[in-house]
Amino acid sequence: MYVKIRYKVENGENMKKIIIRKQDVEEMILHSREQLPNEACGLIAGSDEGDERVIEKVYYLTNTDASNEHFTLDPKEQLQAVKDMRTRGLRPIGNWHSHPESPSRPSQEDKRLAYDSKASYLILSLMEEEPVLHSFHIENGESEKETLEIRD
Amino acid sequence: MYITVVGNRKEVKEGLTLLELMELENVEMPDYVTVSVNDEFIDADKKADTVLKEGDNVEFLYFMGGGC
Repeated sequence: MYVKIRYKVENGENMKKIIIRKQDVEEMILHSREQLPNEACGLIAGSDEGDERVIEKVYYLTNTDASNEHFTLDPKEQLQAVKDMRTRGLRPIGNWHSHPESPSRPSQEDKRLAYDSKASYLILSLMEEEPVLHSFHIENGESEKETLEIRD
Repeated sequence: MYITVVGNRKEVKEGLTLLELMELENVEMPDYVTVSVNDEFIDADKKADTVLKEGDNVEFLYFMGGGC
């Protein structure tokens, strides 16, 4: 399967570098396409040391809104995922969701509902044939693109 | 008494409420945090009335949602 993921390398003073495996990105795209027309969503976990966050596991959770314009993670699944992370020795890094018909950037609602300033927020856009994935830091209603590196 | 908070065992005072624990733990945006005690979700308006007891296992989960 050929999936071309575009990502930008933009280093900022307080920006973290997010590293994700190519296989995880491809699975995220497949899962998100299966969930169409609704938004897909989940959690990301891994290691978080210094300025580098390595995503070791992507969790696929139910979008309880079942909508193509909104998502809400199921709290029960969220709790199970957090426990699973702990069992595996992983740290919660943030969450991810898809934008079926809009770009890979936080919407006003995404910014308003980003309550954890320590989290990384991955947004996968499916609006074009070629999916686009970016990671964001969101704090006080402002978003900054994080450096996202995709490794084999 | 000892309780477990987000996977970490901690000693806290007897009679501590959930709301007090959230203040002690400096939980950001507490109104948007779902709390479970021993896997049971606690209603937001019950945080101040929920008294923790020895061995309780507390988890804080940020509401996670958004738009497009």
